[in-house]
Amino acid sequence: MSTLPTTPATDRSRRLRVALIGLLAAGLALGTPFYFAPFQVFQLTMVLLYAVALAGLNLLVGFGGQISLGHGAFFAAGAYTAAVMLDRYDTGHLATLPVAALVCFLLGLGFGVPALRLRGLYLALVTLSFAVFLPPLLKRLEVVTGGSMGLTVDKLQPPAWSGLAEDQWMYLVVLAVTAVTLLLARNLLRSRVGRALLAVRDNESAAEVMGVRLSLHKTLAFAWSAMFAGVSGCVYTWVIGYVSPDSFSFVLSITLLAGLVVGGLASLYGPLLGAAFVMYVPSVAQDISDAAPGVVFGLLIIVVMFVAPTGLAGLVGRARGAVARRLTRTTTLSDRSRPQPTPDIKPTSSSSVPSAPADPAPTDAEPVGAPPRTEKE
Amino acid sequence: MSTVIELLQQVVEGIGSGAVYASLALALVLIHRFTGIVNFAQGELAMISTYVAWQLVASGMSFWLALPVTLAVSFAGGMLIERVVIRPVQGAPELTVVIVTVGLFIFVNAMAGLIWSFTVKDFPQPFPDGGIDLAGVRVDWSTLGIIAVVAAVMALLYLLFQHTSVGLVMRAVACNPASARLSGIRVGRVLMLGWGLAATVGAVSGVLVAPLLFLEPNMMGGVLIYAFAAATLGGFDSPVGAVVGGLLVGVAETLAGAYVDVIGADLKVGVPLLIILAVLLVRPQGLFGRAAVERA
Repeated sequence: MSTLPTTPATDRSRRLRVALIGLLAAGLALGTPFYFAPFQVFQLTMVLLYAVALAGLNLLVGFGGQISLGHGAFFAAGAYTAAVMLDRYDTGHLATLPVAALVCFLLGLGFGVPALRLRGLYLALVTLSFAVFLPPLLKRLEVVTGGSMGLTVDKLQPPAWSGLAEDQWMYLVVLAVTAVTLLLARNLLRSRVGRALLAVRDNESAAEVMGVRLSLHKTLAFAWSAMFAGVSGCVYTWVIGYVSPDSFSFVLSITLLAGLVVGGLASLYGPLLGAAFVMYVPSVAQDISDAAPGVVFGLLIIVVMFVAPTGLAGLVGRARGAVARRLTRTTTLSDRSRPQPTPDIKPTSSSSVPSAPADPAPTDAEPVGAPPRTEKE
Repeated sequence: MSTVIELLQQVVEGIGSGAVYASLALALVLIHRFTGIVNFAQGELAMISTYVAWQLVASGMSFWLALPVTLAVSFAGGMLIERVVIRPVQGAPELTVVIVTVGLFIFVNAMAGLIWSFTVKDFPQPFPDGGIDLAGVRVDWSTLGIIAVVAAVMALLYLLFQHTSVGLVMRAVACNPASARLSGIRVGRVLMLGWGLAATVGAVSGVLVAPLLFLEPNMMGGVLIYAFAAATLGGFDSPVGAVVGGLLVGVAETLAGAYVDVIGADLKVGVPLLIILAVLLVRPQGLFGRAAVERA
């Protein structure tokens, strides 16, 4: 009762804050291509693109608790779907997106069925060997995929009316795709499906007892996750304009997982941080030596697992939590002086409830325990 | 008649490559038995051991002297990795452990590239050229050598586990770490020993396969997939299963590559994927493994 009048106010201020931050971020994101050099814009485009794949992987690994070492394969499937459509049937770029998404969703669904019976390590094994198998398969299916030569297709071109350069247009389109998919991922996780997924991850048996259909949700998690990777791959074809089997070796799959882990598992913006990591660490470390990105990657993965299992996003969250705790400690002190009168109403209402005044112990215990509980709610 | 001989020829070659898969699978199974971990970095550890051997031979040491030195280095390296990298996540969720071994995979692979570069190196063939002729089937000395070495490693491991007190202690830890600790066994040291042994067995596979595949940092990537298939087929907790599984996978791979047109030489790597999938769907515990009973 006492909390009711304050909730809308804090809710409103929070919403305002979120909206402001959102606007600021959107402004920054939209303004970026007009400020940076084309190459930097291209790099940012790649970050956004990888973030989609990582968000998909995050659905499966971070929120679903299933390990996939083969998401590069779905990425490749999406990229090849787009490339083949553009190369053979000359459909527009936009048409390739839903098709790539659908193809990968179905692939993921097909993969999700054996994945049901494989837990943990075995799923990792199967997905890894799938990722290893894919490049030779792509080379073999030469008629469709162009074999080891790959396929060269048109990049995404800006429409004449926009007056934008190629890199700027691509960035904006990819930004739109990324924003929509990340929003979709977020809403998916807040829905029934997301809650079921978390329940399955945390305790399968308990989830099943609560009425969550394990097989359905695990398979769907795989399918959604594959779909995100496929969308990411499709956009990759738009941006790069070239696909070849060797661009999608199993190293890609491992890199995706590494990026996600470093960015932050089961975090909503971990994929963005992870994508930046995947994009920038190799390009910075490559200057030192060919092997340096791997050394840095491998070392960071292990170190992150040791000291910060929640990744970069978790570190940010922890730092924010520490600051917030400092702040709330001061506010709760000032708050406590104000709502003091309201609990006075409570005991009168709760003391009237006990029907058995003959038993002193429970009536004594109840008013002590009850007010804080309602206060928290 | 000639088709029969041709078939036998393929089988012999399959057994040759199968023996290599078997030894890497054996390393995987050893670690899985002791720690419940599937070590995704096992192939890379074998690869870096092979580089050590190559470096020793290149600096003028004879192969048969370089081999024991390499094995000793691998043993120490395996123990060190257990202590430094794996111990901190022992008992952590499976996902964490898998990711750590994947991190180790990337790190070791890149380190090899950093130290020895990514250019392909010739590895000396320890066995003489030529071979023997068995009723028309040609068996190379190198194939025989590989089989002999893997058999010897198996025999030594068997003796170690079944007929020494160290082996008894190790089996106790593999069977029940908590009880082993209560009866005074230093479990941590045994786990280090297990990792050391696994690294040594893996090193044998690397040294055996290097003359055939040529030495480069990504050499063991493919072999690892076959070893996974072998361990899955044999059962991840059965050393005998790993060896049988390795031989079966090797033969299946060679036969599929030779006789199934759709597969051919380039898609052979699909064979382990098929084997892993089939085994996990039909008999998840493998041929020799015990089914895991789960308490809800």
